[in-house]
Amino acid sequence: MDSGLGWLGVPLAVVGGALRVSTPFLFVSLGECLTEKSGRINLGLEGVLVMGAMTGYAVSYYTGSPWLGVLGAGFAGLLLGVLHALICNLPRVNDIAVGIGLMLFGTGLAFFLGKPFVQPSAPLLHAIEFGAWSDSTQIRSALRVNPLFIGGILLALSMHWAFRNTRWGMVVRMVGDSADAARAMGYSVNRVRLMATACGSFFAGVGGAFLSLYYPGSWNEGLSSGQGLMAVALVIFARWRPIACFWAALLFGGAAALGPALQSVGVTGGYYLFNAAPYVLTLAIMIATCSPHRTLAGAPGELSVTK
Amino acid sequence: MRPVESAVVAGTAPGVEMLGITKRFGSFTALDDVTLRVAPGSFHALLGENGAGKSTLVKCLVGYHPPEAGQIVVEGREREIRSPHDAHALGIGMVYQHFTLVPSMTVAENLVMARDDVPAVVNWRAERARLAGFLRTVPFQVRLDAPASTLSAGEKQKVEILKLLYLKRRFMILDEPTSVLTPQEADEVLGMLRDMARAGHITVLIITHKFREVMAFADRVSVLRRGRLVGAGAVADLSPDEMAEMMIGTRAEAPAMRETSRREPGEVRLAIRSLRVHDDAGLPAVEVESIEIRGGEIFGIAGVSGNGQRELIEALVGQRARVSGEVRVHGEPFGARRREMARHRVFALPEEPLRNACVPSLSVAENMALRGFDRRPLARGGVVRWRAVFAQARARVTEYQVKTRSPRSPIRTLSGGNVQRAVLARELSEPVSVLIVANPVFGLDFAAVAAIHERILAARDSGAAVLLVSEDLDELLELADRIAVMFDGRIVHETPKAAADLGEIGRCMAGHVG
Repeated sequence: MDSGLGWLGVPLAVVGGALRVSTPFLFVSLGECLTEKSGRINLGLEGVLVMGAMTGYAVSYYTGSPWLGVLGAGFAGLLLGVLHALICNLPRVNDIAVGIGLMLFGTGLAFFLGKPFVQPSAPLLHAIEFGAWSDSTQIRSALRVNPLFIGGILLALSMHWAFRNTRWGMVVRMVGDSADAARAMGYSVNRVRLMATACGSFFAGVGGAFLSLYYPGSWNEGLSSGQGLMAVALVIFARWRPIACFWAALLFGGAAALGPALQSVGVTGGYYLFNAAPYVLTLAIMIATCSPHRTLAGAPGELSVTK
Repeated sequence: MRPVESAVVAGTAPGVEMLGITKRFGSFTALDDVTLRVAPGSFHALLGENGAGKSTLVKCLVGYHPPEAGQIVVEGREREIRSPHDAHALGIGMVYQHFTLVPSMTVAENLVMARDDVPAVVNWRAERARLAGFLRTVPFQVRLDAPASTLSAGEKQKVEILKLLYLKRRFMILDEPTSVLTPQEADEVLGMLRDMARAGHITVLIITHKFREVMAFADRVSVLRRGRLVGAGAVADLSPDEMAEMMIGTRAEAPAMRETSRREPGEVRLAIRSLRVHDDAGLPAVEVESIEIRGGEIFGIAGVSGNGQRELIEALVGQRARVSGEVRVHGEPFGARRREMARHRVFALPEEPLRNACVPSLSVAENMALRGFDRRPLARGGVVRWRAVFAQARARVTEYQVKTRSPRSPIRTLSGGNVQRAVLARELSEPVSVLIVANPVFGLDFAAVAAIHERILAARDSGAAVLLVSEDLDELLELADRIAVMFDGRIVHETPKAAADLGEIGRCMAGHVG
């Protein structure tokens, strides 16, 4: 440990870590937000994330272009999302059970197909150096931002705008809040949910590509540590608002970066404890937001858990 | 109210004729050669009991159920209406009993999204200017930025009507539009529609079973009974008695007040003091200072739905936690525990019995045994005696005329009236001390209503203290000995039935206390 920042390095490392670690949270939660706004829960996004990570790495390895990898990861996610939506469109199918099935299927399929890609190294995404002005390596490393993170911010902003100002956005809200009203106006509830789930899974797949192609930047079976599931809690915490999803993702990212940041200044005791921070945060949020006496404000009316 | 004068609302009201309409569902003939003529600019009432075919008839007109035979003539030309889309194109629109507003969306969003031609990107500045201009042309106001979930029932109804005007649907069909409104709100909405019809801007076809509204607002009336048109004419030429006779045929008896209890009320059975209960959102829903109900009387609580009645009942029967206050039965604290209910003989007929008083997937027999399955004679030594459970069920099915294929059928396969009868059988077969009842006949047909009312009166006459919450004022006037009004969680008015003043009760229901 050098550079003389000392303990100040901890918040800086947390910020840097948050910018890095939050990106998959951001994409998965925006995807989940879109899906839930249409009145369905897709718990399978964890599987989509892992599948996206594997596909992104594999495509990047074969084509030599990490950006094609990102696209491929998105489309792998989209296919899984379509699968989820088609099964849920059948009568009397529970979206949560299908989601858990999809989570196991997605991870299993990724491990199966991904075996050959554990060893070889694929070209990775490059970061934008916002800290180039500084001499401090810590500042430079903290301000190294991936373009996908910026893409995520733009996505959150455009989703926020689209839910209010576009026909598609308002149709998704309508289907998620009152399927009867949507049917009365002639919209196909199942088709809208299919689209929303597919797009949401595309986003989650892109989030997976970030894991394998930027940070940590390799493909192995321990790549995701439940980010896909935590993103579901995060959407509830964000009250189904895309911009709040961004802040919540940063918070979760910061919590996840706490352990490594403390370790970097030499605090090694309780390393695993600090690494558990995001999970503790998830639990705390679930406890704080769930109450037998209140329904969640802002929850789409058609969600099977709020009905 | 301002006069209607603008170019937006102005326009010709269409007339519609439905000639010889027949509609079958399988072997059941829902409509048999029904002819309905609604003149342009008229306010036409369609009367009939539940199941008489009123809803089916208007669904033929709006394209949900295309009829098997018959013609539909709109503005003098024969038209084929195969889908709601066809109906909309002809300017025919419907306000549903259950509102079709999206709760989380604002009024403005709801209005714009109702259009067929929503642009891919909505320019809200231009849309809002257009909406504001449109609002200036209608005789009432709504808040464009209010989310639909924050509107009162009356406001929602107005937004639904506004939506039809906005979509230029000038033939308006309303399905029991006032069932969720206070009498004052109902008068305001219906009066406004009548004025617009008189001015020739719209034509109104209203489904109702309230004679008062027909007499006060409609020009013409058509009466259906069992799928047939049994009468039609100008309202001015008909009396309510004549209409009631057409509607219910030979059974005709005007809904009259029953005698109040002949016996002197006994000792206080159910006492509620300073009860505070919260709603699902954690906000205060019930703040009742004092209710005392004696044996042998029916205490009725009137009020528009959503004023804390549901939360009050749930708190009394143990479905909802009480924040503070006390409930006593026979002078002892009552926490709605199973043991307390059995000891004090407290029984309940909650609203939506399938949801609140049944396990839908269990059989009729098992549901009928929910009160006593763990006691003699249905159980011995902690083991259920199924033979006794089924014997009890068969006896009760016969006595209460529950129509079920078998006592083993899941109770959710029964119709609403039969679920209610099955619950009634369970709750009223043993001696009852305290009976808690909420909207017991909601959505049931005439015969079921009469049977259930008889049972409630019989329980009272045998000495039970009855708490009856109902949104139907006529039901309370018919059954209750004392009537209270609940508004915003409080009891704001209380009167013996003999001294009840309808106007005063209506004002209290609308929150105008004093």
